[in-house]
Amino acid sequence: MSEKSPQELIQIDLNPPRKKWMDPSVDFESRRGTWSYPGGVKSIEYMGFANPREWSPTDEDWKLPENWQQIIHDGFKERLGKYRSLRVFMETCVRCGACADKCHFFIGSGDPKNMPVLRSELLRSIYRNDFTLAGKILGAFAGGRKLTLDVLKEWFYYFFQCTECRRCSVYCPYGIDTAEVTMMARELMMLVGVNINWICEPVANCHRTGNHLGIQPHTFKDNIEFLCEELEDDLGITVNPVINKKGAEVLFIIPSADYFADPGTYTFIGYLMLFQQIGLDYTMSAYASEGGNFGLFTSHDTIKKLNYKIYHEAKRLGVKWIIGGECGHMWRVMHQYMDTMNGPTDFLEVPRSPITGTVFENARSTKMVHICEFTADLIRNKKIKLDPSRNDKYRVTFHDSCNPSRALGLFEEPRYILKNVCNNFFEMPENTIREHTFCCAGGAGLGNDENMEMRLRGGLPRGNALKHVRDAHDVNLMSCICAIDRATLPPLAEYWAPGVEISGVHELVANALVMDGETERTKNLRGESLKAETEETTDV
Amino acid sequence: MGALVSLVAVAVLALLAVTAVASDNLRLVFGAVIPGVAFAVFLVGVVARVTRWARAPVPFRIPTTAGQQKSLPWIKNSELDNPSGTLGVVGRMFLEVLFFRSLFRNTKVELITDKEKVNYIGTKYLWAAAMAFHWSMLIVVFRHFRFFVEPVPRVVEIIQSLDGFFQVGVPVIYATSVLLIVSLGYLLLRRLADAKVKYISLPTDYFALYLLLGIAISGFLMRHLEKVDIVNVKAAIAGWASFQLVAPEGVGALYFIHVFLVSVLFVYFPFSKLLHAPGVFLSPTRNLANNNRAKRHVNPWNPPIVGHTYAEWEEEFHDKLVASGFVLDKE
Amino acid sequence: MYDAGKIIVGIVVFVVLATSPLWFNALTEATPEAPKLTLPTNGSTECVEATGYMRASHMDLLNQWREQVVRTGQRDYVSSSSGKVFDMSLSRTCMDCHSNKADFCDACHTYMAVSPYCWDCHVEPKGAN
Repeated sequence: MSEKSPQELIQIDLNPPRKKWMDPSVDFESRRGTWSYPGGVKSIEYMGFANPREWSPTDEDWKLPENWQQIIHDGFKERLGKYRSLRVFMETCVRCGACADKCHFFIGSGDPKNMPVLRSELLRSIYRNDFTLAGKILGAFAGGRKLTLDVLKEWFYYFFQCTECRRCSVYCPYGIDTAEVTMMARELMMLVGVNINWICEPVANCHRTGNHLGIQPHTFKDNIEFLCEELEDDLGITVNPVINKKGAEVLFIIPSADYFADPGTYTFIGYLMLFQQIGLDYTMSAYASEGGNFGLFTSHDTIKKLNYKIYHEAKRLGVKWIIGGECGHMWRVMHQYMDTMNGPTDFLEVPRSPITGTVFENARSTKMVHICEFTADLIRNKKIKLDPSRNDKYRVTFHDSCNPSRALGLFEEPRYILKNVCNNFFEMPENTIREHTFCCAGGAGLGNDENMEMRLRGGLPRGNALKHVRDAHDVNLMSCICAIDRATLPPLAEYWAPGVEISGVHELVANALVMDGETERTKNLRGESLKAETEETTDV
Repeated sequence: MGALVSLVAVAVLALLAVTAVASDNLRLVFGAVIPGVAFAVFLVGVVARVTRWARAPVPFRIPTTAGQQKSLPWIKNSELDNPSGTLGVVGRMFLEVLFFRSLFRNTKVELITDKEKVNYIGTKYLWAAAMAFHWSMLIVVFRHFRFFVEPVPRVVEIIQSLDGFFQVGVPVIYATSVLLIVSLGYLLLRRLADAKVKYISLPTDYFALYLLLGIAISGFLMRHLEKVDIVNVKAAIAGWASFQLVAPEGVGALYFIHVFLVSVLFVYFPFSKLLHAPGVFLSPTRNLANNNRAKRHVNPWNPPIVGHTYAEWEEEFHDKLVASGFVLDKE
Repeated sequence: MYDAGKIIVGIVVFVVLATSPLWFNALTEATPEAPKLTLPTNGSTECVEATGYMRASHMDLLNQWREQVVRTGQRDYVSSSSGKVFDMSLSRTCMDCHSNKADFCDACHTYMAVSPYCWDCHVEPKGAN
């Protein structure tokens, strides 16, 4: 938690300094709390990434390869030939400034280089210097800069201060996607060994064990069984988790945080209760035990490498199709990259809900359905019985997670579910939800503790909108469909809007879900009384 | 600083053009040769740039979705902000290219620190100025057709009469002439007055604005103040169209300034941010349908990367798997 | 994915539009050359002002005349080039020499797609020929 109080932290001046932005200088020492630690040697060596070494951003010498400038230049050139997006985004920005105040990190820090346009200019200035005639002839007049060590340090600071949430891209008249620019910059930095541990370690873990947290198969099984036993003890509900079952109809892919830590575990149990009730023939996998993919924050090759296991496992287990749990960047990968990278999937069938008979035409090729699409269809077809009053102690709002919002457009499905499973639902202000939604400020590998001040700063827009509905409607629960959100939003809410808890959507589904042969429920999944304490005393 | 340097640069260019009045040879160079070469550079340059973009593939389908996806049949999808197919993409691009839909969404953040409140207020000034500038520019360019073709098409006359609807002044002051200068003036002032925009502005951003303002103002003055013999101008320009390079008679410094700055704009275009004009068509976050899961997108350079296979994983965790009671593929 | 087909169509459309005056002129019969004006047939050899000025700025002069006559009733115009005095009148002075609207006024106005509103009020005199 930051040492500064919210009242102190919000004293932000959004006016830029007089000094020109082209002079790079980042004082890492005085800015502790706003950057992440570099990648550990073990992870980097395991993954075969470049330049494993002990170093710190506060060091003068970053121990780069001798020809690091050449490596980045060549890497840049290669990517310009491989990604039209990069070339177009490098050449079309007019610096109109529409994106300037759309970034949560800019709003929360006032640091002008967090304006998306300048974040991209950090890369664009090198592009102009290295690859354009005007930049070569006119230099700084045309916005060109030489790639110096200070520029690289600045890249590190600011490209690991972007959560790739794509909010700026919604407002850009040319659709310039800073997430894409940040991804390229991070790839280039990876080439010379400039990276952060919060991406390198999960990537290495994920490659080895199948999930970011490095949970090995026996622990995976134990964790899940433990959660199920707890459910049985607390609520008397029995669910039978299915793992690595060959010939199941559906492979269920989840973010590992869901079976690892609160409040994700409640959502996880929610999935299993739902599947148990509808009798879905599903299996989880101890090998493909992670849908999330920190490759997205590392390099395109790493995305593919980590995503490989999903179809590989689907094929091995002989399932017909795949359901994916509530996870943000996992869904960006599943939706925008998986089929292209690791498809085609001729061994799977077009997803068809065995309960409702609905064919998911929108997943015809990828064969992977979002659990919110699946559940919304169940509710619509009245295949599950729900008692929303069991969530009456909650006054709920919904946080649209960046990737399901701006890389899929999954807005109505979770809302439809929430409105069916709880009676008190309130939207946050309209410029902070749906496609305008604000990031939790901990995505893209930035959700680590050493970066906490920046997370809280970047969390200001979301936290402030949350505070608004808390004060206006007594909202006390923010639901979301992202595992990183469930990990990063609790400290953010505690800081900016104390009194609001965080949950997944399927936790609330499971609370409301009427199961066959169940005894009357008095407690919710968190083991708390279904009625708010204060209500019991005032109710006559 | 950048603003000043650019102003000086455009002023120097304008002064350079004034020297053309001095001699017949220079008149020919500035009045005919340079414009011809500049136009050729513009044409070849833009085609070359777009071709270079086209040579790089679009490896992934990464549209920015700004509305509800098409999923279940009973959920209404937002076809224009999150297109599910070609028709939606055409609609989205139509609105983006002609009406700057994304810019229309613009908001301004307002931080009320003592009340700990962050507000987002819709703001349409930039959108309105951008629309006014680009549409005026298009109509002004279109009006110039009367200098290039004979007979002047009826549609040009119709546009002229609509544009001069208010019938103010002789010759009539066109609404777009005024809008063009006013909107450019606003965009320039905004760049100088808005601290954030000033901070992000490069010298070249001012250069483009000064150049366009120089062109617009010199054109306006030529029509309304220091009039030129436009019949001679048209005769000369029409000569270029049949590749006879002649400079018009009966024109003064303003004409050369106007034509030279247009030439500079032509040459500058393919090497600058003005490429946003063709670029907007090629932005993969806007021109692709969000149908990734329904239709596979092919990456021509998809690298042959294989992840950690199940067999490798099983081998590594063999003993733990056995102890935990997992059924193994390989005993 | 390159979408080469769509981009080529786009490039072709751009090039055709950008060079459209060339195509247009090639496809139309009319010559783009400036119209030849008929000189006055009444023996007059000098205009109220110098030819260059008249070609570029006659509308200013006519505008000035109109305002002068309508507002002050003063009809005498002293030429700045010759010092001679003329009657400020479109129909009597101008049209006395340039008697054919179609051959004189319209020739250039059509060429330049200009439609002045002189004739909204004034009656077009009968041409000499």
